[in-house]
Amino acid sequence: MLRLPTFTYHTPKNAVDAVRIAKEHGKEAMYVAGGTDLYPNMKRRHQTPAQVISLRDVPELHSMEVLADGRLQIGAMVTLTTLEHYPHLKAHYAGFAHAVREISTPLLRNMGTIGGNLLLDTRCSYYDQSHEWRESIDFCMKSKSDAICWVAPGSPRCWAVQSSDSVPVVCAMEAEIELAGVDGLRTIKADELYQDDGIVYLTKKPEELLTKITLPAPGNWKASYLKLRRRDTYDFPVLGVGACLWFAEDGTIEKANIRLGGAGSYAMPASASEKLLVGNKLTDELIAAAGAAAMKPARTMDNTDLDVYWRKKVAPVYVARALKACQ
Amino acid sequence: MVLDDPSTRDPSSPEARNDAPWQHDKKKDELEHIGKPIRKVDARSKVSGLTQFADDLTMPRMLHMKLLRSTMAHAEITHLDISKAEALPGVKGILTGKDMPTPFGILPVSQDEHALCPDHVRFVGDPIVAIAATEEEAAWDACRLVDVDYRELRTIGSVQEAAANDEPRLHDYGVRGNIHRLENLEFGDMEDGFKRADHTREDTFWFEGNTHLPMEQHASLAHFDKDGKLTIWSSTQTPHYLHRALARVLHPLPANRIRVIATPNGGGFGGKSDPFNHEICAAKMSMLTGRPVKVALTREEVFWCHRGRHPVLMRSKIGVSKTGRITALDFHSFLDGGAYGSYGTASTFYTGALQTVTYAVENYHFRGARFFTNKAPCGPKRGHGTVQPRFALEVQLDKVACDLGIDPAKLRLDNLAPRESVTANYLRIGSMGLGACIEKVVEGSGWNERRGKKEVTKDGRIRGLGIACSSYLSGAGLPIYWNGMPHSGVQLQLDRSGLCTVFCGSTDIGQGSDSVLGWIVGEVLGINPLDIKVVTSDTDLTPVDLGSYSSRVTVMTGNAAMQAAERARDIVAKGVAKKLEVPAGRLVFAEGRVFDAQEPDTGMTFMEAVGVAEAQVGTIGTVGSYTPPKSAAKFRGGGVGPSPSYSYSATVVEVEVDPETGIYSVPKVWMAHDIGRALNAAVAMGQIEGSIYMGLGEAMMEEMAYRDRSHKGQRVFLHKIPSMLEMPDCVTYVIEDPDKNGPFGAKEVGQGPLLPIMPAVANAVFDAVGVRVDENPISFEKVFAAMQAKHEGKEPRFGPAADETGIPDVNFGESLKIKTPWQGGDGTAWNEPKRTKKAKK
Amino acid sequence: MTEPNKVLATFQVNGEPHEVAFVPHKTLLEVLREEMTLTGTKHGCELGECGTCTVQVDGIPVLSCLVLAVDAVGKDVQTVEGLACGSDLAPLQDCMADLGAAQCGYCTPGILMAADALLKDNVRPTRDEIKEALAGNLCRCTGYLKIFEAIELAAARMRGEDAQPSKESIYGS
Repeated sequence: MLRLPTFTYHTPKNAVDAVRIAKEHGKEAMYVAGGTDLYPNMKRRHQTPAQVISLRDVPELHSMEVLADGRLQIGAMVTLTTLEHYPHLKAHYAGFAHAVREISTPLLRNMGTIGGNLLLDTRCSYYDQSHEWRESIDFCMKSKSDAICWVAPGSPRCWAVQSSDSVPVVCAMEAEIELAGVDGLRTIKADELYQDDGIVYLTKKPEELLTKITLPAPGNWKASYLKLRRRDTYDFPVLGVGACLWFAEDGTIEKANIRLGGAGSYAMPASASEKLLVGNKLTDELIAAAGAAAMKPARTMDNTDLDVYWRKKVAPVYVARALKACQ
Repeated sequence: MVLDDPSTRDPSSPEARNDAPWQHDKKKDELEHIGKPIRKVDARSKVSGLTQFADDLTMPRMLHMKLLRSTMAHAEITHLDISKAEALPGVKGILTGKDMPTPFGILPVSQDEHALCPDHVRFVGDPIVAIAATEEEAAWDACRLVDVDYRELRTIGSVQEAAANDEPRLHDYGVRGNIHRLENLEFGDMEDGFKRADHTREDTFWFEGNTHLPMEQHASLAHFDKDGKLTIWSSTQTPHYLHRALARVLHPLPANRIRVIATPNGGGFGGKSDPFNHEICAAKMSMLTGRPVKVALTREEVFWCHRGRHPVLMRSKIGVSKTGRITALDFHSFLDGGAYGSYGTASTFYTGALQTVTYAVENYHFRGARFFTNKAPCGPKRGHGTVQPRFALEVQLDKVACDLGIDPAKLRLDNLAPRESVTANYLRIGSMGLGACIEKVVEGSGWNERRGKKEVTKDGRIRGLGIACSSYLSGAGLPIYWNGMPHSGVQLQLDRSGLCTVFCGSTDIGQGSDSVLGWIVGEVLGINPLDIKVVTSDTDLTPVDLGSYSSRVTVMTGNAAMQAAERARDIVAKGVAKKLEVPAGRLVFAEGRVFDAQEPDTGMTFMEAVGVAEAQVGTIGTVGSYTPPKSAAKFRGGGVGPSPSYSYSATVVEVEVDPETGIYSVPKVWMAHDIGRALNAAVAMGQIEGSIYMGLGEAMMEEMAYRDRSHKGQRVFLHKIPSMLEMPDCVTYVIEDPDKNGPFGAKEVGQGPLLPIMPAVANAVFDAVGVRVDENPISFEKVFAAMQAKHEGKEPRFGPAADETGIPDVNFGESLKIKTPWQGGDGTAWNEPKRTKKAKK
Repeated sequence: MTEPNKVLATFQVNGEPHEVAFVPHKTLLEVLREEMTLTGTKHGCELGECGTCTVQVDGIPVLSCLVLAVDAVGKDVQTVEGLACGSDLAPLQDCMADLGAAQCGYCTPGILMAADALLKDNVRPTRDEIKEALAGNLCRCTGYLKIFEAIELAAARMRGEDAQPSKESIYGS
C-alpha cells in the first residue's frame, strides 16, 4: 500500500495563525485543503513536507456569499460538490459551474476544494509517476533541480502542464483572488496568480494563503468552459478552453478573454482569437475564424494523455465550440 | 432429476472419466437449479465486505516485505551492497538472487525467471532484492538504502529491433538471438487455394499490448510454521502451478510440505496465472525469518507483473471465392513478448489456432514469431493470443465484404464452419451456434435497415454499425506440463446432517466457479445449491484442478463435479431403494427429497436418505475427475487450440463519430453468445457484459504504452480503462446450443464475448465515416488521422505500413506440412521428423 | 527516522466507538483496515484513482485513502460492515447479490457505499444519475450494468414497491 511520509499536522483556527505557521517553517511547510492533490503527491514522494497545515478549522475559508454589489465570494475551503449544487452558481455562472462539474470524479469533488483546484499542481507524464518509476529515469527537473526535463531534454525549463479545470474559466472571467500573507490581505486578478513555468507556476509567496475567490457580478457577459479528455470522468483536461465574452446591447463583443488550459504551464491567452472577436458580433463565421486562430498558441507537448499533434489540431474546434456556448 | 439407469455404466471404470453422461440433452424444464438465476454461493459475503482477500489477512508477528526492482531496462548487476539496508531498524530479513538460484516459469519450456535476478536485469521492474521488516514503510525505506551498480546493456524495444539485433541476447535459450519462438504450420495446399480464389487481399494490422488491471493488487501471505511446513495464501488463479514452482525453487522442501491456498481473487483476467517473484520471495523470507511474511504489491508493481496482452504485428493474406468462401488464409504474427517466456509459447500458437473455428478455411498457413524485448513480460489476458488475430481477421473480412459488395453479416453467415466437424488445423468443433448468434444481433440492431445510412445525431455526430464474430475454447485440451493425470478433480462428502461438501482445487476469480460446483452438485442431488458447502483452492485439502485460465473451469470442474455427484447419488439411491423397496431407477432426487417417481409421497428427505445409505455402506465420499478428449491433431504444435468445445459470439456495435475531431462514443452494443447451456443465465450475462466492457476498453483506449525517449529504455506510461460513463447500453442474447462435452451442455462464457468487440468497433467506424483503423486501440487520434488522410485524398486508413515495410525479416524455415481432413489427412505432418515419445509420468 | 507520537482518539464507526492509537499521518483507510481490522474497505491504488476505498464520512462518500484519520475523529464514519441490519442484508446488498453485481467483489464495498449515499439523497435515481454518482468507482468485472440494475431494483424496493428484476437482466433478450 502506498503510504504517506511522516509529518506534523497543524490545524490552525484562523488564517493569521495558518500563515504564521507556514512562515515559521518555510520550505518545510505546505497547506492542505481537501488533500486530493497533495496527498497523492506525497504518497509518490513528490513532496514530503515535514509540516502540513490543514485549513479545515479556519472558518472564514468555508463561507460563500453574494456581496452587496452582486459579486459572488467563495471561500477556498468550499468543496467542489457544494459549489456544484449551489443554485446561485448554476443560475448565474453556468460556465464556471460546468467547469466545476467536470473536475475529476464525484468522490474527489466531495473532498476537493475550490482553493485546492485553483492551486492544483502542474502535471506531466514524466512527473506524475511513482517514486520507483521516477527513480528509473533519475527523476526530472520538477523533482530534482539538477535533472533534465524529459519532455524537452534540451530545455532549461519545466514544461509540466496546467491541469486545473477551474483556472482557465476564472481567468477568462477576470475573477479576483484574495491572498493572506504576513502583511495582511491582498487581492489580485486570477490571471496574475499564474506564470509560465512548470515548477514555479504560482506567483504567490509560499506562505501566502489563498483565502477567497470572487466572481464578477452577473451582467453583460457570458462564460463557458469546454474540456478535452479521454473519459468523461477522472481525467485531467488535455485541453481546457475557458472563454468569456462581454456583449454590448446590440450583441457586439466588447471584450473577449479566451484561456487555454492543458496546453502549457499556465492558462494561456488565445490573443489572436480574442482580437478577432472584439468589435464584432458572434456569427458562425467569426466563431470558426476565432477557433482557427487558436491553433498557434496551443503549445501542446508530449507529456499528457492523448496524442500531442492531435491535441493541437483539435484546439480550434474546441475553442469554436466554447465560443458557441457563449452565444 | 430422474435418475439414469446406473446399470448402463460402471463409474469405477477408468473409461468412465471421459464418457460419463454430461446430460447435455436434458430439457430446460427438467432442470431444477441449472439455468435459474440463483445467487452465487459467495454473493452474501462479497456484498457484506466479509470476503477475505489476500491483503486482508494478518498474523501475529507478521513481517512486511517489499521488493527492490531494477531501474534499468537492460543491464548486468556489477555490484550489490545491502549493508546499509540491513542496519536499518526494523529490518528482519534480506534476500538476494543467490538465495534462490533455481529458475522457474509457468511453462516447462520457459524456465527463465528467477525469484530475484542474480546478475542480469531485463526490464524496469525486474526484482533484485527482497526486504522484510516490521513495518511496510521500513521495508520500503530499506530498499532505498541498497546500493546497486549496473553495467547498462543495449535495450531491445520492439519486434523489429529484436529481429534485427541478435545481440545483446536477453536469454540464452530460444530459437536464436532474441527470437523466442518460431512456428510454421501449413494445412492443405496454399497454392491451389489462392489459385482458386476469385479475390485476394493482403493487409497489415497492429494490436498494441494492454494489461488486465484487476482492482485487487496482487498480495501474498506466507507462513513457515512450527511443524516445518509452509503455507502461502495468495491472490493467484493457479494455486497448483504456484505449488509446483515453489517446490522447484525451495527445493529440498518437499511439495507435500507446501500448502498453497488461493484467496478469492479480486479480479484476475489472466494476470494472476503465472507463479510470481513476490510469492516465492515471501515463502523463502518466511523460511528465513521464521515469521509470517506478507507482501502486497503497489499498482505500479502490478503493471510490472503484467503478463498481459502481447503487442502483435500481423500480416494476413486472404483468398476468397465470389461468395466470400475462404479458399486460403496465409497469416503471419509477430509477438512482442517482453522480458520473459511466461505463457508466450502458447500465446504464439494461439495467434494462429482459432482462425479456422468460426468460418470454414479450406487451406491455411500460419507463421508465428515471438521475440524477447526489454519490457514487462507479456502473457495471457482474457482471450489469450486469439484476440489480436481475431481483430485482424474480422476487419479483413469486413474489407472483403466491401470489395465483393456483400453484406458483411451475410458473408459471415454464408461461410460458417460446420458443426460436428474437424477444421483444417484439426480442431474438433462440436455444437456451433454462431449462425443463431449472427441472426439475433442482426435483427436486434436493425442492421439491415440502419447499416450504411450514416445517420447524423442532433449534435452532428455520424452513426455507424459494425459487426464481428468470434470463437473461444472451453479449456485447453492439454495441460501445461506433460502428464496423463486428470485436469480437474472433485471430492464429495455426504454427511448424515444432510450436508454435502464439495472439495475442488479450482479458484474463484469472480467468474463464479465456486458456484458452478454448487449448482451442478445441487442439480444432480436435488438439493439447494446454497445448502452445499464448497471448499476450493487449497492444495492441502482439495484435489488438483489446474487453475482458472483458458475458460476451462465450468467444463472441466463441472464434469468432474457431475461425476462425483452422480456416484454419490448412486450410493444414496441404492440405500433408499432398499429401504423403500422401490427400484433405484425409479427414484427422483429433487426439492431436497428422494422419492418414487410413480408415488411421489413415498420418499424421504435428502438428509434421511443420506442417513439410510450411511447406515448401509458406511461413511459416504465420492470422487470425480475430468480429462479432455484426445485431440485430433498429432503434429508438433497441435497441442495448442484443441478444446472440449468452442463457444461462439457475434456482436453489432454502434458508434457515433464526431467528424471534426475523431472522438467517438459507443452508445449501444448487441451481443449474442452461444454458451452451450447457461448454468446460470444471470451470472453468464455478467460474464458477457464484463467482456463487452473489457473489449471496449481495449478498443477505445487501453494500451500498455511505452516511450523510448531515453537511453534507459522502456517503462510503462499509462493505462486508461473505461469508467461507467463509457459503458454502453447492451442487448445481450444468451444462445444455447448444448455441447455433448459440457456439463448439461455448457460451454465457456468468460472470455469469448470480448473478442469481437474491437473489430466490430473498427468496422463501425468505417460504416460511419468511411475510414479504416487497422490498429488497436482504435483511439480518437487514429480515427482523426484516417479522416484527415481521406480528406487529403490519401488512402483513408490509419495503421502500420500496408506493404512489407516494418515486417520483421525472419526466416521461418520450412513449414510443417499437414494434409487437411478433406485431403485425407490423419492429423500428422508428412514432413515431420519422427519424435521420440516422451514417457508419461 | 523517528516516528512521531501516536495520538489516541475515539472514532465513531458504524455507530460504535472505536478507541485507537495511531500516528497522525495515517489515512482513514489504514486505520480502518489495520488498527480496527475493518478490512471490508478495500484499496486499489491509494491515490484516489479507483474508488475501491470509498466510505461515508457524515453521510458523504469519500475516498478513505486520501482522508487523514485525524480528520475523521468526531465524525460519523460508515463502512460496508455497517450496511446490514443484524444478519439481514440491506436491500442494496440483497439486490447486488441476486443480480450477480458482485463478481470478484473487490470494488463492491466502495460501490455499495457510494450507491448507499446516493439512495439516501435520491429515492428514485435515473440511470444517468446513478452513473454520475458512481463515476468515481471503477469495476473491472461486471461492465457495470448489473450494478446499475441492482441499484435501481433496490431503490424500488426501498420505496416499498414489490419490484423484481426484469427478465432481460437475468435471462438476456
